[in-house]
Amino acid sequence: MTDKDQNTTHAELIDERTTFTLAELCRACSVEGEYIEAMIEHGILEPLSDRRPHYAFSAASLRRTRVTVSLQRDLGVNLPGAALALDLLERIAELDAQLERTKP
Amino acid sequence: MCIRSTEQGNSVDYRDYYKILGVERDATQDDIKRAYRKLARKYHPDVSKEADAEERFKEVGEAYEVLKDVEKRAAYDQLGEQWQQGQNFTPPPDWDAGFEFSGGGYTSADAGFHSDFFEELFGRAQGGRAYGAGARGQGGRRGEDHHAKVLIDLEDSINGASRPITLRVPELSPDGHVQLRERTLNVRIPKGIHPGQQLRLAGQGGPGLGTGESGDLFLEVEFRKHPLYRLEGTDVYLDLPVAPWEAALGASVKVPTISGAVNLKIPEDSGQGKKLRIKDRGLPGKTPGHMYVVLQIALPPADSDSARALYKQMEEQLAFNPRANMGVA
Repeated sequence: MTDKDQNTTHAELIDERTTFTLAELCRACSVEGEYIEAMIEHGILEPLSDRRPHYAFSAASLRRTRVTVSLQRDLGVNLPGAALALDLLERIAELDAQLERTKP
Repeated sequence: MCIRSTEQGNSVDYRDYYKILGVERDATQDDIKRAYRKLARKYHPDVSKEADAEERFKEVGEAYEVLKDVEKRAAYDQLGEQWQQGQNFTPPPDWDAGFEFSGGGYTSADAGFHSDFFEELFGRAQGGRAYGAGARGQGGRRGEDHHAKVLIDLEDSINGASRPITLRVPELSPDGHVQLRERTLNVRIPKGIHPGQQLRLAGQGGPGLGTGESGDLFLEVEFRKHPLYRLEGTDVYLDLPVAPWEAALGASVKVPTISGAVNLKIPEDSGQGKKLRIKDRGLPGKTPGHMYVVLQIALPPADSDSARALYKQMEEQLAFNPRANMGVA
């Protein structure tokens, strides 16, 4: 640990410039490569570079994958259902932000 | 997968599983399944906006785990109807005599997360999965990556901060039980972090097996609501009340920003909702965000003779019809 403060855990910021390889995304979300491929086919993930297997995924892919896994596991949603849910959730988040902005 | 706890007579809070699922005690198995599915969708932590969604989701999962299993349900029913949710409860000795819990596996949603009440009755899960574990083949010696959320204040992003974050980590005890251990990490919040970004803490996830290294911990950053400012990415929004004459004639007013007060020039003839940009006064960073000030015209109350006289004067001297475009004369 290089941090001066021994008790402080070093955190690495994952921002808009951070990208993930297929292996990193699989590891981060505990899924197999085929699962990621299927998510790409359903349009849930859109790799920044899609020359398979040398994909590059955006930081947002991490969240989309994690949510897809948990919706499938907890609610029995299939991939097209998860894709729809994710799109709607993002739309709701946008509308909430808009509502927040226009609230008197 | 289900083993009985051997210690007897621990006092725990009673859980009314029927009430949690919102069904009658004589509900059919189909009713129970339907009620569970509906509530699971409602409280799923990735879907629900409610603050206690995760807690409710686990509670509903536990209730379903007992009531969907006819043996567990029968044993639970036999405790009687006189108990209230949250009431102090000690299982009577031999309360489960004659019942055989065949287990049937835990619902994956809450593996390893059960109330003390559940564990007192049905034992603990053995070898439950950690949160975030998906379908995965054997052979991965590296620990699981874990995911959690962290709630921070706007000030933490402006100044950078060190924040203690407490995680409840399911762990296998030496005798194979899953238990929750509290672990506190002091996490450095980098300056300029904004909503939707994440932090990766290397090696702070699940422990590896054998010589395998530990997994990583991913933290999703969410912001607590700020009384003055709203965030949109790296941009900061502020609603600024202005007097009608300030908006109409123009003015220079003092405005709070996240990095101290500044003087803002309001151009003349500014309308309600006009957006003014203060460059680079958003969240700090390599490319700092901007600050947007949204004008909100505040009306002075007509609560004195002189105020009423002024309004009257405007009415008489200004040819102003705010409904000119509504097609009514």
